[in-house]
Amino acid sequence: MEAWIKQWIPNLYTYRDKFFKSCGATVEMFWKAGLIAFVIGLAFGILLVVTKKDGICRNTIVYQITNLVINVFRSIPFIILLIFLIPLTRALVGTAINVKGAILPLVFGIVPFYTRQVEVALSGVAPGKIEAARSMGSSTLGLIFRVYLHEAVPDLIRVTTVTAISLIGLTTMAGAVGAGGLGSFAINYGQNQNHPDIVNVCVVVLLAVTFVLQSLGNVLSRRTTNRGLFTIRHKP
Amino acid sequence: MIELHHLHKTYHLKSGDVAALQDVSLRIEEGSVYGVIGYSGAGKSTLVRCLNLLEVPDSGTMTVGDSGEITFQNGRPFQGGAAMNARCQNDMRRGIGMIFQHFNLLERSTVFDNIAYPLRHTGRSRRQIEERVRELLALVDLRDKIDVYPSQLSGGQKQRVAIARALAANPRILLSDEATSALDPNATESILNLLKELNRKLGITIVLITHEMAVIKAIADRVAVMENGRVVEEGSVYDIFAAPKAEITKKFIASASPLGKVDRLMAEGSELVRVKPGELLVKLVFQKDCVSEHILTTAARRFGFDLNVVLANVEYLQGNPLGGMIGILSGGQEQIENGIAFLAQNHVSTEVIRDGSVD
Repeated sequence: MEAWIKQWIPNLYTYRDKFFKSCGATVEMFWKAGLIAFVIGLAFGILLVVTKKDGICRNTIVYQITNLVINVFRSIPFIILLIFLIPLTRALVGTAINVKGAILPLVFGIVPFYTRQVEVALSGVAPGKIEAARSMGSSTLGLIFRVYLHEAVPDLIRVTTVTAISLIGLTTMAGAVGAGGLGSFAINYGQNQNHPDIVNVCVVVLLAVTFVLQSLGNVLSRRTTNRGLFTIRHKP
Repeated sequence: MIELHHLHKTYHLKSGDVAALQDVSLRIEEGSVYGVIGYSGAGKSTLVRCLNLLEVPDSGTMTVGDSGEITFQNGRPFQGGAAMNARCQNDMRRGIGMIFQHFNLLERSTVFDNIAYPLRHTGRSRRQIEERVRELLALVDLRDKIDVYPSQLSGGQKQRVAIARALAANPRILLSDEATSALDPNATESILNLLKELNRKLGITIVLITHEMAVIKAIADRVAVMENGRVVEEGSVYDIFAAPKAEITKKFIASASPLGKVDRLMAEGSELVRVKPGELLVKLVFQKDCVSEHILTTAARRFGFDLNVVLANVEYLQGNPLGGMIGILSGGQEQIENGIAFLAQNHVSTEVIRDGSVD
């Protein structure tokens, strides 16, 4: 096995410690930024859906402001956002470099995208279901948690998968602020030192992760379409 | 009991203002089945949504069950002088069940969870909820579907689940928004029978809106006919069928009665409805008692006219017979006139559809 590795991917073998550290950095950025973005994006998505025209809590001012902020941040390319946010990052987390300094720009980069996706997913809930729940006396919170979020689960899983895959893409750019990760590893040790095997392995690893995430998303969203993930059986 | 006084509601759309309700006043007796019929856009959907405040009228007053008088000012509801807040409105809605054309069940919840929806977060224990759900499933005859998802049910079964859900919190009023319009004829009949049965068994007041006169005919006690946001005619179903006044009511009745076929026959220029000079194509309506008597043959013998029957039908509305006949009267002007006068004395109304001397 070792001989095989040495023969086919010699440079990766030489820099294996760097490689595993880079994988670790990517994973860390992914789950930390992902978790924060999941919560914030979901909240903003809900806010947009309930405050829009014909929403259950119509509020034009809140809707327009949220909408504008999201559009602005969506239109900034991530690599520029990364640099643009350096002062803010430094003020908030004390440093603008390393993994720690990359989390905030990653959140800013992915939240607008995720918010839009959540908005679309929640808008797919039939207005009739909302009306029926209102007719049964559900409050606004009841409508959000028991109807919107509940009925949109398969779509939410689908858009979360898409977003997670985009987020992996963004983490590779975080190398620009010294956060490390597979992106900067591929450039610094692969491309710049003319080690094609390193680039190739990075591509394969990212492909594999994407494939696993997409498959997981597909299975879960199929398993929750027109049914709950688990069904409680009652005695006849 | 439900009482509406001078309800107004206007939608301000980009394309202009639409008056959905214009001075609507109605009184619906406790325990009755009240039908509202109209074409789409007539305002009936808005009307029924005002009853549980899903829509709020611009002005007017209403009393729904034990709500006390609710006053509407500038599109906001007031109860006992104070503005009704969201909680207050939600409490009121819990006392009124509603079912819909497209059922609106939660697709990701089982039948059990759908029916339990209005029971949860109301201080009821798990045991109480399960007991109530089983009771309701028995009521709508779906006991074996407790753990099934809506996607595995037929349209009629979905509507039964929706009915069970609407009744879960023991409302005294059930609103039905075109509940049978998306169903096939068999399912429609079984849902209408179920509603009738619930009305009888539970004494629940049912307000149903529809565009099908057949639905009104099948279960309603009284009916209001709506057009352009106004109630143009209102009365007991029998009276409306026996003697419709508004043009639109006549149209609806023609659509639900075999006698309506005469319009098509006339449009096609059929031989059956062709009248010679001196002949009349007439519609005769026989109410209650006179259906079973031989007034027509008596009149024909006594006054010497002839009647060639084109279409005839007897319906039973709320258990009372209503007879209708389309035929051609012939045998001399005087004979016919005397005959019609005699029939009128005996509560058989005659409407001339086509006069052979004029055409």
